[in-house]
Amino acid sequence: MPELKVSKISNGTVVDHIPGGKGLDILRLLGLNAVSEKTVSLVMNVTSSKMVKKDIVKIEGRRLEDKEVKSVSVIAPEATVNIIEDYEVTEKQRLDLPERIDGVLECPNPHCVTNTDEPLQASFVIDERNPVVLRCEYCERKFTSSDLDV
Amino acid sequence: MKENLISVNDLTRGDIESFLSKASEVEELSEGEASDILPGCMLSTIFLEPSTRTRLSFETAMQRLGGGTINLAEEVSSIEKGENITDTGKVVASYTDICVVRSPYEGTARMLAERTNIPVVNGGDGSNQHPTQTLLDLYTIKKEFGGIDGLKVGMMGDLKYGRTVHSLAEALDHYDVEIRLISPEETKMPRDIVEDVGIQEETTEMKIEDLDVLYATRIQKERFPDKEEYERVKDAFILDEDRVKGMNEESIVMHPLPRVGEIKPGVDELPQARYFEQAQNGVPTRMGIILELLGVDIDA
Repeated sequence: MPELKVSKISNGTVVDHIPGGKGLDILRLLGLNAVSEKTVSLVMNVTSSKMVKKDIVKIEGRRLEDKEVKSVSVIAPEATVNIIEDYEVTEKQRLDLPERIDGVLECPNPHCVTNTDEPLQASFVIDERNPVVLRCEYCERKFTSSDLDV
Repeated sequence: MKENLISVNDLTRGDIESFLSKASEVEELSEGEASDILPGCMLSTIFLEPSTRTRLSFETAMQRLGGGTINLAEEVSSIEKGENITDTGKVVASYTDICVVRSPYEGTARMLAERTNIPVVNGGDGSNQHPTQTLLDLYTIKKEFGGIDGLKVGMMGDLKYGRTVHSLAEALDHYDVEIRLISPEETKMPRDIVEDVGIQEETTEMKIEDLDVLYATRIQKERFPDKEEYERVKDAFILDEDRVKGMNEESIVMHPLPRVGEIKPGVDELPQARYFEQAQNGVPTRMGIILELLGVDIDA
């Protein structure tokens, strides 16, 4: 059995099967940084039987909300989200890219009306699924996951 | 459900043809005495960017139909005091039956359409869409050639920031036309539109002799983040008499106006020049748009 590089978490969320190198994008997307006060582990480029290389993110003490899970699916549509309670996996969710994503991601277009003072949240429809292309419902521009300032 | 006109991307070929038919039906009413098709009907215009033709032709269109107009400009409105567009739009819309909005922020018209209960028309939103311009452009082409299918159309100038060419290219995708994009590298059409529309040819050469329609555009100085880049490209394609004389006599030169030097005044006298007729077509086209969105049949 291979040696574990990062210890298990007691309570929180593990996002597994993230495409190799995309783990940092997931951290940014979820707002996990030095000021977020959560213990976060990122394991990059792990050898995987299903994927060439995968990343894993472990977040201690935080259960992802549904809308956060949806946004993770834009960057890692094949990922799995495991909810951990008392060191055990109590819920395993295979991601499914939704038809649309509302109120989670910001539109990368600075001239989009959703980036003004208007009481309005950005809303995207999934235009293409592989690779993922999102279209802003307001400014109508198309973006790939790498365009998103997450 | 109320109808809006926000983006060419929302329209089918059938929708486009309905607007063009309506414009054709009311063309004879676009000059002379005002009709009484829409007595007491009010149109509001909310323009947060400068406009000459779009605002004036919408106001003319409504008045020719027997209705009235009110207009709001940013510098004299509550928006200047810090009110958001949503609140201003809701109030102005509550006074009128149909509203035209222009804004530098892309998506403003769609936002207002969602938050008001009258038809909203996009009078231009940043670099995104200008669907009423597109309909009058198509109306001009159809009037000139009797149809749109089978034509060779060239778009020239600022294809990056110019919203009229974005909307026009997307609308022409509903027709069997050949499109050639002519622009400097710096102002090429956005890739997603090129891919969506299936553009046949892109060139940085001024290759216009074999076109049926040449659609020239102004380099959009106000949208360039880098003024040096604007200086490099501003004189890239100047259309002069010699160039236009090299085109077929049956071909036409269009331009959404204003022009700032990209078409020499001498071209105005050549048989191909159509940009002033094009601007004039804005009135019947916008009369048709008002009637279509209000669901009014002029035979009724």
